[in-house]
Amino acid sequence: MRTYHQLTDPDRSGLADQIGVQRRRVAEQLAGVKRIVAVMSGKGGVGKSYVTAHLARSLARRRGGEGGEGGRAVGVLDADLNGPTIPALLQVRAAAAQPAIGLDGVKCVSMGHFLAEGTPLEFHGPSAESFVWRGAMEASALRELLGDVAWGDLDLLLLDLPPGIQRYLELCDILGAPPAVLTVTIPTPESRDAVRRAMRAALERGSELLGIIENMVGGELRGSAGDDLAAEFGVPLVARIPWHAASEVWDTLALPLTQAPRTTHPAP
Amino acid sequence: MKFLCVECDQQMAFAERQLPGDGTLAATFKCPKCGRVVAMLTNPMETQLVSSLGVEIGGRTVPAERFEMVSAMVKTTGPAWSADAQERLTRVPTFVRGMVKKIYGDYAKERGITEITPAVMDTARAELGLEGM
Repeated sequence: MRTYHQLTDPDRSGLADQIGVQRRRVAEQLAGVKRIVAVMSGKGGVGKSYVTAHLARSLARRRGGEGGEGGRAVGVLDADLNGPTIPALLQVRAAAAQPAIGLDGVKCVSMGHFLAEGTPLEFHGPSAESFVWRGAMEASALRELLGDVAWGDLDLLLLDLPPGIQRYLELCDILGAPPAVLTVTIPTPESRDAVRRAMRAALERGSELLGIIENMVGGELRGSAGDDLAAEFGVPLVARIPWHAASEVWDTLALPLTQAPRTTHPAP
Repeated sequence: MKFLCVECDQQMAFAERQLPGDGTLAATFKCPKCGRVVAMLTNPMETQLVSSLGVEIGGRTVPAERFEMVSAMVKTTGPAWSADAQERLTRVPTFVRGMVKKIYGDYAKERGITEITPAVMDTARAELGLEGM
């Protein structure tokens, strides 16, 4: 009996073609984006969204006003579908087909724009064994947030990822290439160990590791996670962010991102 | 997923898709050589898995709309609002804005409109007698 790959007659369903159309759509919408950087961590509660929002604002402020010389057009995709916080951090209203414009002119798209206040992300469908399809649903939602939005020309698109590596892996598939990664940790050894796993996964998928940000420094949280991870992976410790950081801290931090390599958009 | 007529050693061709409305899916495939037809029946969980990929068994007859999956599958979501439409909504007094938004949202949802634009709002106003909203 012949095997799957030996059956080569055209298929009217054209599922592979349908997937190809989806990927082309994402590539077309991101064609004007020079750099895509995923902000990730293996641990929750380290301040990824907080760092992402402040980084984006800092870069956008360098524009010197709308259309200013030497400035940066910056967007943020809130890829934390189950706990979206970017709209609140950037103080944006609902938006969809066009990104919302937040503080300092940062463009923003988030699942939070689609959900009623205070409601969790839930899908229509059979409730039993929903774990079978829920991950695929979230990946499709992420694809639509990337590919059904007119991002326009951006110098930088920051992707605010939830804890863990699942969303990162989905992004690699949707984008067709692994995005550059900026990692956030807090000083503790527990955070270091969790973040190490995420960095290892990103490295193995081929992402460029841009550096590490150690957040929440100078308080009760003790350790040297930032230095340890920087030494282990041979990447820069971009900054140590204290509690209640002044805006100058973010301005310094934003500099390395402007030197990140340009993202290539592979043809689907 | 492909189907093989073992007796003829031929790949069977997609023939028909049925969505009974109970969450299941039926698709039939026909052997081009002997004409034998088989039906693939999927349970609601399997059907949902196909839907979650944003693809359609049997092929698409129309291109996917923006936010097709999110609009159809995410609970509590309503139609998307264009930037112009949002701006216009902000001119509605806050104490009735939620109600007005819901009226436009229901109008769009009933008609399968996935994005509310100023043109959609104009049409809704005329049809529903919402002058001033």
